[in-house]
Amino acid sequence: MAKQLYNPPSPLETRILSKRFGLEGSETLDVYLANDGYKAFLKAKEMAPEAIIEEVKTSALRGRGGAGFPTGLKWSFVPRTSPKPRVIVVNADESEPGTCKDRLLMEYDPHQMIEGILIASLAVQAHVGYIYIRGEYRYLVEAMDRALEEAYARGYLGKNIAGTGWDFDLYTHTGAGAYECGEETALLDSLEGKRGIPRMKPPFPAVAGAWAMPTLLNNVETFSAIPPIIRDGGAAFAALGTPKNGGTRLVCISGHVNQPGVYELPLGFPMMKAIEEVAGGIPGGKKLKAVVPGGSSCPILRADECDIAMDYDTLAKIGSMLGSGGMVVLDETTDMVGFALRIMRFYAHESCGWCIPCREGTTWMKKILTRFHEGQGRREDIALLGELSKNMLGRTFCALGDAAALPTISIVEKFTEDFETYLARQEVMV
Amino acid sequence: MTFSPQLEQRFAKMLTRYPEGRTRSAVIPMLIYAQDEVGAITRDVIEEVAKRCKVTPVQVDEVVGYYSMLHRKPQGKFHVQVCTNISCLLVGGEELYEHAKKKLGVGHKETTADGQFSLEEVECMGACSWAPAVEINYDFHHHVTPEKLDQLIDGLRKAH
Ligand SMILES: Cc1cc2nc3c(=O)[nH]c(=O)nc-3n(C[C@H](O)[C@H](O)[C@H](O)COP(=O)(O)O)c2cc1C
Ligand code: SF4
Ligand code: FES
Repeated sequence: MAKQLYNPPSPLETRILSKRFGLEGSETLDVYLANDGYKAFLKAKEMAPEAIIEEVKTSALRGRGGAGFPTGLKWSFVPRTSPKPRVIVVNADESEPGTCKDRLLMEYDPHQMIEGILIASLAVQAHVGYIYIRGEYRYLVEAMDRALEEAYARGYLGKNIAGTGWDFDLYTHTGAGAYECGEETALLDSLEGKRGIPRMKPPFPAVAGAWAMPTLLNNVETFSAIPPIIRDGGAAFAALGTPKNGGTRLVCISGHVNQPGVYELPLGFPMMKAIEEVAGGIPGGKKLKAVVPGGSSCPILRADECDIAMDYDTLAKIGSMLGSGGMVVLDETTDMVGFALRIMRFYAHESCGWCIPCREGTTWMKKILTRFHEGQGRREDIALLGELSKNMLGRTFCALGDAAALPTISIVEKFTEDFETYLARQEVMV
Repeated sequence: MTFSPQLEQRFAKMLTRYPEGRTRSAVIPMLIYAQDEVGAITRDVIEEVAKRCKVTPVQVDEVVGYYSMLHRKPQGKFHVQVCTNISCLLVGGEELYEHAKKKLGVGHKETTADGQFSLEEVECMGACSWAPAVEINYDFHHHVTPEKLDQLIDGLRKAH
């Protein structure tokens, strides 16, 4: 009997990273080993670091944490012959609204991620790594700790891994509630026991990261994609997607759909097909109004913009982003003023307060949107929201400022009529 | 102040994880585990954590206000966290939060008089595709309806 997953799989998926999810005991080392586990690490052990990095470049894998930076290129920036020891950090902070996939990779297949980290350790010549897990995911800290313990006991972590002579230690580290700690440099400060305030870049973490040591930092899903890439070759992974957008990714579909869930789809998968066929369409025969393509930080798409292929470059072309893979579907009944307000409340709450444009900008916009939502809006507010968010763009210390501004600009511009409706309703009341 | 032997063991392990001389890194994990046992970040907890991590109490104190899961006052025995962020919002998260307020008779970050339950409206907790989501202490509950929430709360009430 198949085990109960969070949501039933779809026949339209291409299950590469999630291929073991449905197996009974998929979180154990035995099931992992019986299903291709550690073939890739043993192969990588025979490769030079440059060759591993080349293979990752060939795969066209791009970071799954949000920014979509080419992974192989990032790995090549880490000075692997530096006299300073290298550190690997896994970003398991998963807090971008709409995103719930890293959870599954750690819960169902922790050894795949561990193997990916081990391969990365060969590529950048690191001997220690930390998995930074958001505080709310305590059960995953425990699940990861069990997996690590098993890997240590069976010689897949620690000294002389699988008899290869390679040494690597890996630990979990829990956060304590702060979206900002998902930003890579804030995360590093948090890992050092401080408040999560972003750092000035450069130096980039690759050169001076955790404890000023060269640091390779990637998302959970990015590391989890490494074993299949090394095992079956970078070219095979790349071929699943579109040019420069290799492989598959875990798309988290939520909101107004009949079968919300996390589904592994190749890059370039048609967005409308994902909504209508993978996620079973919109309930009650309602029409599509908008889509948040990759987490709350992304500019929102109007229904007529959604007939597109889901890859980084296509989304960039239409002025949005693929982000973290959190796709939120909104039907025609959705009130965009309320939606914009909820997004801004989030960013105002999570702004770390370090720089003024973000701290003040998010608070001010929250105030305006609240007023509007309560029926006290003014016509000038619509333009003011646009102006305030545009003024924030590119002027903040970290990307959280842009993350608050971008969706707001898109909502105000693309759904002005929703704001107009509020004003019209107010006039009737008067 | 003393912690349970299990926690002492956990702390001892934690301190060996980080590079030489970097025990400050254990501050946040230690605080949250200590809070789980003690109930809140008290003065004593701060001093103990500072001592173990070889930092000043001020260095520990300054992180407490930054992290949303750390708190200086005890919460309810069961801390009910209801997400109202975008994915939950679209499928009834706000109504669920309003329902929780009525059911428990408390508001955001408040605790019931008997100390059993506290309530918090929280940001996305990584359960968007199985929304609306609620986390009680560290346990996730998915596709939560007002009726399901009532059952959860009544169940906890009865059991304790
Ligand atoms: C405010 C903010 C929050 C972020 N949150 C996360 C997160 O929760 N998880 C994540 O992997 N990346 C997050 N990122 C992106 C990271 O800074 C970083 O780019 C990423 O972890 C790098 O890994 P990748 O190249 O594998 O994607 C966030 C960025 C910002 C600006
Ligand atoms: S942009 Fe916002 S979150 Fe980022 S450093 Fe500035 S205040 Fe902090
Ligand atoms: S929006 Fe509620 S769990 Fe993500």
